[in-house]
Amino acid sequence: MEKHINTPLTKDKVINLEAGDYVYITGIIYSARDAAHKRMFEELISGKDLPFSIKDNIIYYMGPSPARNGQIIGSAGPTTSSRMDRYTPELLDLGLSGMVGKGTRGSEVIASMIKNKAVYFAATGGAGALLSKCIKESRVIAYDELGTEAIHELYVEKFPVIVAIDSKGKNLYE
Amino acid sequence: MRSISIEEIIRNIKDMCIEANYKLASDVDVGIREAFDKETSPLGKRVLGQLLENLDIAENESIPICQDTGMAIVFVTIGQDVHIEGGSLEDSINEGIRRGYQEGYLRKSLVSDPLLRENTKDNTPGIIHYQIVAGNQLEITIAPKGFGSENMSRIYMLKPSDEAEGIKEVVLETVKLAGPNACPPIIVGIGIGGSFEKCALLAKRALTRDISIRSDKPHIRKLEEELLSAINDMGIGPAGLGGKTTALGVNIETYPTHIAGLPVAINIGCHVNRHVTRML
Ligand code: SF4
Repeated sequence: MEKHINTPLTKDKVINLEAGDYVYITGIIYSARDAAHKRMFEELISGKDLPFSIKDNIIYYMGPSPARNGQIIGSAGPTTSSRMDRYTPELLDLGLSGMVGKGTRGSEVIASMIKNKAVYFAATGGAGALLSKCIKESRVIAYDELGTEAIHELYVEKFPVIVAIDSKGKNLYE
Repeated sequence: MRSISIEEIIRNIKDMCIEANYKLASDVDVGIREAFDKETSPLGKRVLGQLLENLDIAENESIPICQDTGMAIVFVTIGQDVHIEGGSLEDSINEGIRRGYQEGYLRKSLVSDPLLRENTKDNTPGIIHYQIVAGNQLEITIAPKGFGSENMSRIYMLKPSDEAEGIKEVVLETVKLAGPNACPPIIVGIGIGGSFEKCALLAKRALTRDISIRSDKPHIRKLEEELLSAINDMGIGPAGLGGKTTALGVNIETYPTHIAGLPVAINIGCHVNRHVTRML
């Protein structure tokens, strides 16, 4: 089914999404990939706050290519999600409600998604030019020194994804 | 003796890095178009349609095809009668990569130490493979390689008694493991024979061959064709969401090997399988 959602992605919206749905996301989402996850994880351990409020928000596993003058962002497609599995259950416990990436997730992540009512979306890998057109604003909000791996706050409009794993654990990859 | 200046090398490497990341070689482009026409899974067709649209946007609006603009893999075939003038060949190749990734707005995706992981900020160094041949030509191939697919590659040291069947088994196992992570539809580069490192190099080299060209050895050609159809029967499909199109091509390169061994390397290439070759 085709569905349009606006962020923040509250739990009442999450539970209506089913594996296989074509979803268009509009609103603020946050980019974070390997190095940013490691950093967030370390900050949590040392008792610090995360650089953005994670509750009911969506993380996009993505590190863009640089923008040209006049462009908002460069190419901006998903990276392989399973590399973030190690850090994900912790973030889900803190209220993260959606993730966008490519490829399947480990069983611990899926169990935590069911427990916390979260959803995992797949964006098309290798379609970074196309996906960048749905990003209308982009700014780095944390870890600037990580370059492409910094956390970006992105405003997206009708960003096309597919529900790959829903909050009941139904997995399109299986 | 023929002289080639490092300026010419730097300029060509720079241009090739940029060209590779904005426009796919026509073999893969055509492959995706043909797959789109044949794909019957609605989800698969939608993904392939997005890939075609993506290629148009990349070319027309100067946005890299994929944000992972890769690690620059460079194959250099240099005639022994070539003299490089003005500096070191290796330094000029890296300088070309540096300029290409900077001026081409390409992502800097390298870390200087695999454990300390600090970004080198200019996408150098490249991985450079040299081959010295007769003559006075310099041929350079640049193949920027993304790691979503690189990470899913494997080497197997099979036994001679495993034969072609054993090779098929491990290739299918690797493709299954790669699943959606390697951004299917994929290109499968396979190296058979040689030694541990040689088969990996053959597999990488195989990814730079046009997917419409089959091996000139009849038994290898047969293996390529059988593997392609077996992989596409697996149902992984575009983006791993199901469908007929899992691989666009299977390219195999071989080399003589030891009486005791049958090394097989499988280098998975994603649909953004970039390679540009120039003769200087
Ligand atoms: S595997 Fe290829 S298409 Fe996928 S993100 Fe990496 S470079 Fe891009």
